Amino acid sequence: MTSDLILQISNLSKSFGAIQALRDVSFELRKGEVHAIAGENGAGKSTLMNVIDGIVRPDSGEIRFDGQKVNIASPAVAQRLGIGFVHQEIALCPDISVAENIFMATTNISRAPLMNYTRLAEKAAEVLRRLGDINPSALVRSLSISQQQLVEIAKALTLDCRVLILDEPTAALTEKEAQILFDIMRKLVSQGISIIYISRRMVENFDNCDRVSVFRDGQYITTRNVAETTPTEIVNAMVGRVIDKLYPEKQGENEKSDSVILSVRQLTEKRRFADISFDLRQGEILGLAGLIGAGRSEIVKGICKLEGEVTGEIVLNGRQLDTSHYQESIAEGLVYLSEDRKGDGLFLDMSIAENVSALSLEQVSSQLGIINDRLEAGLARRLGAMLNLKCGHVGEPVSNLSGGNQQKVAIAKLLSVNPKVIFLDEPTRGVDVGAKSEIHRILRDLARKGVGIVMISSELPELIGVCDRVLVVREGRISGELSGNDMTEENIMYRASVLDKRLEAVQ
Amino acid sequence: MTQETKAATFDGVGQQPPSSNGIMDAVRRLFRMRETGLVLIIVALFIVMSFASPYFLTWVNMRAMAMAFAVEGIVVVGMTILLISGGIDLSVGSVTALAMVIAGLLFLAGVDPWTASALAILACTGIGAIMGFFVTTVGLHHFIVSLAVMVIARGACLLGTGGRPIGLYTLPPEFKFIGQGSIGVIPVVIVIFLVVVVASDFMLRRTTIFRKVFYTGSNEKAAAYSGIRTKRVVFFTTTLCSALCGVAGIIYMARFGSAQPTFGMGMELNVIAAAVIGGASLSGGTGTIFGAILGVILLSVVSSSLALLDVSVYWQDIIRGSILLSAVTIDHYLNKRRR
Repeated sequence: MTSDLILQISNLSKSFGAIQALRDVSFELRKGEVHAIAGENGAGKSTLMNVIDGIVRPDSGEIRFDGQKVNIASPAVAQRLGIGFVHQEIALCPDISVAENIFMATTNISRAPLMNYTRLAEKAAEVLRRLGDINPSALVRSLSISQQQLVEIAKALTLDCRVLILDEPTAALTEKEAQILFDIMRKLVSQGISIIYISRRMVENFDNCDRVSVFRDGQYITTRNVAETTPTEIVNAMVGRVIDKLYPEKQGENEKSDSVILSVRQLTEKRRFADISFDLRQGEILGLAGLIGAGRSEIVKGICKLEGEVTGEIVLNGRQLDTSHYQESIAEGLVYLSEDRKGDGLFLDMSIAENVSALSLEQVSSQLGIINDRLEAGLARRLGAMLNLKCGHVGEPVSNLSGGNQQKVAIAKLLSVNPKVIFLDEPTRGVDVGAKSEIHRILRDLARKGVGIVMISSELPELIGVCDRVLVVREGRISGELSGNDMTEENIMYRASVLDKRLEAVQ
Repeated sequence: MTQETKAATFDGVGQQPPSSNGIMDAVRRLFRMRETGLVLIIVALFIVMSFASPYFLTWVNMRAMAMAFAVEGIVVVGMTILLISGGIDLSVGSVTALAMVIAGLLFLAGVDPWTASALAILACTGIGAIMGFFVTTVGLHHFIVSLAVMVIARGACLLGTGGRPIGLYTLPPEFKFIGQGSIGVIPVVIVIFLVVVVASDFMLRRTTIFRKVFYTGSNEKAAAYSGIRTKRVVFFTTTLCSALCGVAGIIYMARFGSAQPTFGMGMELNVIAAAVIGGASLSGGTGTIFGAILGVILLSVVSSSLALLDVSVYWQDIIRGSILLSAVTIDHYLNKRRR
């Protein structure tokens, strides 16, 4: 029985200070299988992976690799055993070649005093042939994100790995690129490599994995054969309760209104998008669908005057706007929630209160520009209570909060100016299931109160579940509008990628 | 550091009534603050030194020490604000000297000393604006731009004076009063210093303009995504730092009664060290005036102590550097543990 197991973990525990990240966890990985790991944020997935890769040392428990008891004391030990970890964040050196990146670890342990670039390039070409068409002498900087992801995988493969951990590998990939990755995964598995696959996208787990293990609150819950379970069952195991309604009620027929809040006409930015026209009506949540790179974020940033030189007409509540900087857009009531919460959405080392008031300092200060701490804290507390923000006190730094609560702070920041239209870019990325449905409800409540909501999401089920109407963007132009029962994944994907050759062949 | 101060303020208006628990929390927070640590170190140094040297706790020595850090302290204020916004300025020493030289030369050319000083400060502000332009509009790094300006400004000082100090014996006494006079027993220099410190500390903590400095330094992109014109903020802090160097230069001139083209060499290191010891981060977003001033005081007390203990001048730099390194190291570990 043990002979077909490559990795066997039993009774593993790990705590960080008072937080028990893993509690008596057991996990088994078979040779040549793709094993999905499912769980909400904080379920212990990353800690477990870090233990397997030797980044984190467990407090107790046993790890057997190919039947042998092992002590993975460092990533170097993990490498020697044949464990490759492709992290979610790409960690390549952008200014050196693909080949040099791939063989970084090999170069590091090599005793040769001089670099042999010819051999390096040859070996890299050999590895890359298994993965796709990437020039080994290209600079990493010049590659697309998906190609960089492949380079990361190539890097792991050069270490003769037998276990490959992929953490959210498709997060930055388009549908097509993801398919290529899945093909590669299957090829690797047929060569006897075992893959641990972590993804938030349930569909991927079901389409591409053999088994799935669920974790919750640092504990191992269950392992199922994918063929014998359903997504609902897995989600319920993840949250530990039955989520009966994933999405809030949509706009009722009688709630539909003809009054237009925001009207955009012929919006054009010379390189990124052209001829964008749409109306946002009172009470509706409008979705923007499209492939990554189609120009969705650029369009909303353009409307908000955050980026690009935009021409075209923007009419808010019947009045044409003449804004030239985002500051003016905010004053008019147009606000934007960034897709990269940590990178450009929040001031992580500053307090909750200071984050919430970033757009609305004049509200919490006197006419002389002196900030009133009480007003500032009060504003944060009021909005925090409205959004059901879970935190100690509003003076605490945002970095202490979980992803979902951080996102609520980012939303509170926007709400502090009583916006008329909110543009949300991937509002639930990196947010766990519970907080996700809370955010959906918040958006619906805001829409009911008359705030215009425009939401970008790459998760089609979310768009379909939350939005009343969806605009599909393809290559910087609106390629379709869907509402009601027409909003299906197939319809959206077709409009988002019909020019795509691969899909055309399928049609 | 700011976080803790702010946290304490918020706790005071928290939902819960202040309990013994809250007070304990506040005390604990107070002890985690870098300012507290610095004050304790400075007090300890005072106690040790008062036993080690009979001259240390004398009024003359105290006054000399205060005079030594007061003017530099004004530059430290500008540097701290610039560091918070994510910038750095290596040109502070030579810009300070240039202010002296410009004002001195204008005075010798017959311009009234007050006008000459105003023009010199204006010129320094202009230098700051030029640096701000290169940093924000052109998009170069603060380090490189200010390195270039440091050399250029020093060159201009030497060019203007032929490399020799200019004696300004005819400066009117009411002008020299700025640098040499006293109000009661308190030197005017220290009064000016206190006014600058108190005003800037208040503004940094409480005004919207300076809050934007924190936002920009903490995360420039997030600040831009909050509608803040971050380039203007950086332009402002860069210009402000040079303007304060101008002010410091004029005070030095009034104090020395001369303009010294080689003055302030190496000053930038002392000033940056003081700000960093006081809690400013080179990556922006954190720092307090109070902390930075404690940093200046610490460095100044150490130099003065070493001088009184007859330690060779050559040792002083080694010791100053070591203090900087230990302060930053301790802070690094404290931060790590906190996160």
